[in-house]
Amino acid sequence: MTDTQAAAAAVPGAVQPLLETRGLSVDFGGLHALDQLSFEVREGEIVSVIGPNGAGKTTLFNAITATVEVSDGDIVFEGQSLLGLDPNRVTSRGIARTFQNVRLFANMSVLENVMVSQHCRTKQHAFGALLYTRAFRREEAEIRQRAEEILRFFGTRLIGYRVDQPAFTLSYANRRRLEIARAMATQPKLILLDEPVAGMNPVESAELTGLIGRLRDEWGFAIAVIEHDMGVVREVSDRVVVLDHGVKIAEGDYADVANDPQVIEAYLGKGAGER
Amino acid sequence: MARAEVRPVRRRARKSRTGVDWFLTIMRVAAITVIGLGLLAFIAQEINTDNPFAQWANPDATGLTGAQFQGLIISGVTQGAMYGLIALGYSMVYGVLGFINFAHGEVFMVGAMTGMITSNKLADAGLWESNFVGSLVFIMVVSILVCSLTAVIMERVAYRPLRGSPRLIPLITSIGVSFFLQNASVVLLGPAAKAYPDVPDWIRTKHTFLDIEGAKILVILVAAVSMICLWYFVERTKSGKAMRAVAEDAEIAALMGIDVNRTIVKVFALGGAMAGLAGILWGILFRSVIHTTGFLPGIKAFSAAVVGGIGHLGGAMAGGLSIGVAESVGPLVILEPLGVSGVSQLRDAVAFAVLIGVLLLRPAGLFGERLQAEDRT
Amino acid sequence: MTATLPPTTGPQPGGTQPEAPLAAPRPALAHDWRRIARMGSIAAFGQVFIALSNMPVRLDERLIVKPVLSLGYLVLLILPFAAGYRQGHQIKREGVPTYAPGLNEVVGGLSCGALAGGGLSLLAVLLTHFDLREPLVNWSPILLDLLAFGNATWFAAVIWLVIGGGMGAAGGVLRLLGPRIRRAVVTMALAVAGAAVLESLVVDLAEGLGLETLTDRLYARRGGVNWSSALGLAVVSGLLAVVGRGRFRQARTRVTELEGAKRTQANVGLILLTAAVLIVLPLFAGKLTNELLANVGLFVLLALGLNVVVGLAGILDLGYVAFFAVGSYSAAVLTAATSPKIAPEMPWLAALIVVVIIAGLVGLFIGAPVIRMRGDYLAIVTLGFGEIIRLLFLSDWLSGWFGGSQGITNIPAAGIFGLTDVAGTDPRRVFYLVLAFCALAIYVSWRLEHSRLGRAWMAVREDETVAEAMGINTVNVKLLAFVVGAVLGSFSGAIFAAKVGSVFPTSFLILVSIVILVVVIFGGMGNIIGVIAGSAVLIGVLGGPKQPGLLVEFSEFKLLIYGALLIWMMLARPEGLIPSVRRTRELRQQEMAQDAWLRGEVDDDDGGNGPAGSPSAV
Repeated sequence: MTDTQAAAAAVPGAVQPLLETRGLSVDFGGLHALDQLSFEVREGEIVSVIGPNGAGKTTLFNAITATVEVSDGDIVFEGQSLLGLDPNRVTSRGIARTFQNVRLFANMSVLENVMVSQHCRTKQHAFGALLYTRAFRREEAEIRQRAEEILRFFGTRLIGYRVDQPAFTLSYANRRRLEIARAMATQPKLILLDEPVAGMNPVESAELTGLIGRLRDEWGFAIAVIEHDMGVVREVSDRVVVLDHGVKIAEGDYADVANDPQVIEAYLGKGAGER
Repeated sequence: MARAEVRPVRRRARKSRTGVDWFLTIMRVAAITVIGLGLLAFIAQEINTDNPFAQWANPDATGLTGAQFQGLIISGVTQGAMYGLIALGYSMVYGVLGFINFAHGEVFMVGAMTGMITSNKLADAGLWESNFVGSLVFIMVVSILVCSLTAVIMERVAYRPLRGSPRLIPLITSIGVSFFLQNASVVLLGPAAKAYPDVPDWIRTKHTFLDIEGAKILVILVAAVSMICLWYFVERTKSGKAMRAVAEDAEIAALMGIDVNRTIVKVFALGGAMAGLAGILWGILFRSVIHTTGFLPGIKAFSAAVVGGIGHLGGAMAGGLSIGVAESVGPLVILEPLGVSGVSQLRDAVAFAVLIGVLLLRPAGLFGERLQAEDRT
Repeated sequence: MTATLPPTTGPQPGGTQPEAPLAAPRPALAHDWRRIARMGSIAAFGQVFIALSNMPVRLDERLIVKPVLSLGYLVLLILPFAAGYRQGHQIKREGVPTYAPGLNEVVGGLSCGALAGGGLSLLAVLLTHFDLREPLVNWSPILLDLLAFGNATWFAAVIWLVIGGGMGAAGGVLRLLGPRIRRAVVTMALAVAGAAVLESLVVDLAEGLGLETLTDRLYARRGGVNWSSALGLAVVSGLLAVVGRGRFRQARTRVTELEGAKRTQANVGLILLTAAVLIVLPLFAGKLTNELLANVGLFVLLALGLNVVVGLAGILDLGYVAFFAVGSYSAAVLTAATSPKIAPEMPWLAALIVVVIIAGLVGLFIGAPVIRMRGDYLAIVTLGFGEIIRLLFLSDWLSGWFGGSQGITNIPAAGIFGLTDVAGTDPRRVFYLVLAFCALAIYVSWRLEHSRLGRAWMAVREDETVAEAMGINTVNVKLLAFVVGAVLGSFSGAIFAAKVGSVFPTSFLILVSIVILVVVIFGGMGNIIGVIAGSAVLIGVLGGPKQPGLLVEFSEFKLLIYGALLIWMMLARPEGLIPSVRRTRELRQQEMAQDAWLRGEVDDDDGGNGPAGSPSAV
């Protein structure tokens, strides 16, 4: 922690980013999934992470949320290192995520999915529940209320009769929405969205793109999003980071990045870059 | 500049943060301290029973003579070889299907029972005395057949319908199978312990070679030979390759034209055969069998499979030997010098403690586990 | 949003696909003889196994309907009947959709049943000509005698073919009956069997209530329902089943459809009614019945505890008996004057507080190392801990504390605030004490299930990785479940110590854990009512590991039956007798999603593309 403070002090006047990875490396037995990556997300910013398959995008998210082991470097969130924390502690620090292959609590109802995700923001423990104290009841009511409020954010998609349906009965698009709702329920400062519109049709995709913008504007989350759909990327991102083979090859706004020869090469191969 | 300050921090350093971690660390330290103290006290005793440290640890200690120690090791290895044979079945099934076949210990019991019945029949006919080696081979073959059949029926009836259900479901089913087999033996064959017929002298008496009983030599020899055969089968034959492929990824193996069901049946049959052999060896060594015979060796063999790294055949045998030696030597070398009385009663507890210890210190076992592709993620 | 239709592959809502070729209809009376032969021979093996297990001979003393049927013969009738019934089931399932059951079922059932009966015929022949008494202890003339009804071997051979065929055909015929009549028939059979099984309970209660004349008429002097009364009972219950058809279900829906305050009122009413029955009933019951009730209560309490661990948090704890043992032993040490090392001779209630603390600590101690392990490893390791604890109580090393194999005896009765002393000599008081603790356990599990913690348990059971990523400290949450289970188990142990008055290591074998597990699974994991019903039925009828049930004759076979039941439940109905909605969802997710789709209930209003339609497990 002391070296973080030192680092912050070393760059006087610079705005402290919300999340910053410094020289982050992740090795999978000799394979460098991430190699000395420096990446940052500022308060209230939407950053897109793009890159070809296997570039290390999801690994980056996994490293941030402590689901893979970091072999080198540091991850700093709000001036404090996240290294050494369990995934649930990372979440309670204020980073929530969704999964590439939607992973809901399939047999819990839609409402319960959102309620259970407020776990780290609530306190009532066994004794409160057993004695049925006033504090317990108040908190239960709050949890429910907040869950409903979050679900209402998605229009009519997740409320009404669906609230009490098990999550596995939801349509694919609604599952994706519920995952975002669940991430919102952990009351994060930063949400990591892993391919939020993958597998959606254009209409749904456009709707969700709008939602990502509203997430920032109305709820004030900073957002990092992995996306392959360039239309979405152009639409939502303040800044785009391009990864290839675990290395950052470009960074900047959409127009810069889209015209960067290195990026084109990474996506289309060597020949295309020269053309 | 910031780069220079960022030390390569490894997540390894994060352990022992939560209360549970602290607790586990304390337990690890305590376990190692007890083992260390016990060993030291043992060594002190061996040097001289009157020295103050040994006296402090256990005033009544007598120490072990070299012959006693050797005897313990040998009986440990013998038991361990049998655990290893049983463990192969656990390990192979786990490798292929990814669940613990809790009832495998009962297959071993079925083997020992079959051996008891067949050998008594042979003894009635007079063949047991006149041609002991031939009879022994015969009961082994019968036991292998019966046990393979039991294991295959078990798979067909109880486990095949459950493929693809949540992981704990087949485990619970296998507990039911184990319970059923045990009690089926009670109701069919009676609850009393049953004896094997007398064995020739050369099995019973100690031999000049290392001062070992013939039965123990037999156990170690048979275990070694069957281990080699199994290794050859799994590594060199087509069926063995199919087994390894299914263990790696059943779905892909099926796409490659391997009959997964048949391969799984073969795995069960092979595991059953090994358990059947172990059952006969158990019968020859202890000459008595009862319906609960399979329970403890079964659990210990499972521990052996885990200790050796589940899914790993050589590991299963090595694990079996370690568990066998640990439970035979451990109580007398670690607990007795510390003044624990009646240590021989605690040998089973020691075997379980080894399992727990290994899972705490090195969950993947000594040789690393080989799991199916989906389990590795 | 109707622009994007679901892809045309896969079934359409409504279920009909004009293009899809239907399976060619089977001609009438075409039998799958191979299947009949297979099922028949499996049943035949089962019959021989049952016969050689000595069940028929041992159970022959227990009469069901005097003088026609004994329990011993009954167990030999079940398999042919079931085979015949099941055979019909399979024809129906694999046939064309419009298939109407008919002679096929009867003939199939007859052949199946005859094959099954043939197993016994063969056995009878073998029994006369060979002597296999050496390994098979029940290979005896008595068995032959039973099979031949006291006649010659040829009679046995013929009669079992006939009986088997008859039962199989009856099974087939049951298939043919309309659902209404089938229900009536089943009710009749159940009523007679129930009356016979519950005989001692009914007689005992009738004595307490002064209704001996009624039971004297119903039951024969030496046990069993009189055949005339059986007939009457069958007719009455059959009529009731026909008349009361659907009434019960209607009443239940009416209750479940109530909302808000009225629903609560109805629930409270139901609970009060149950409580009143449970409190009043023992007053009229004799000692034996109360003993039975107390035993059942103890197991209900254990099962409720295990249900928190297995049912709610999804941790398969096979060493649950450890907490029962710890509860018993610590209560014994704290209250008994004869405790070898320390004997504080505390009053039972005060000791209970210490017991709870000790059990909680032991729960932590066992839980902490295992809680991070994979589910299946955890199961085996907890089993190991269960054994270790028993071995420690048994060992000479700690016999200075716990008496080794001698155990601790002369444990005093449990005094409740100086009001009463609860001891095994008065099982009624034990039952009331157990009842109070069961109520506590029910309250605890119910409240916890519907709290933040309960939701966290659910999430952990569903997907541990995601639960962790959603901010749940999975280790702590699971550990807490473990500790709650430990404490509930220790209650049972403490009562057990006071009830029996002595504790021995042999009371805490691993098989106790397994029996509790069977009971929980049989009733329905995660469902409090199911768990209670499961333990009441199983422990009440068959008995616990050492405690006799209503069918005392079964005591030799109950463990066998528990094993078979566990396998069968897992294969046929893993969600249990009275399943919790959630467990059913977990276990049958795919089927339920498909059903919902066929009913058109699937959420597809946003023009879901492909994946909405494929009900894949997430």
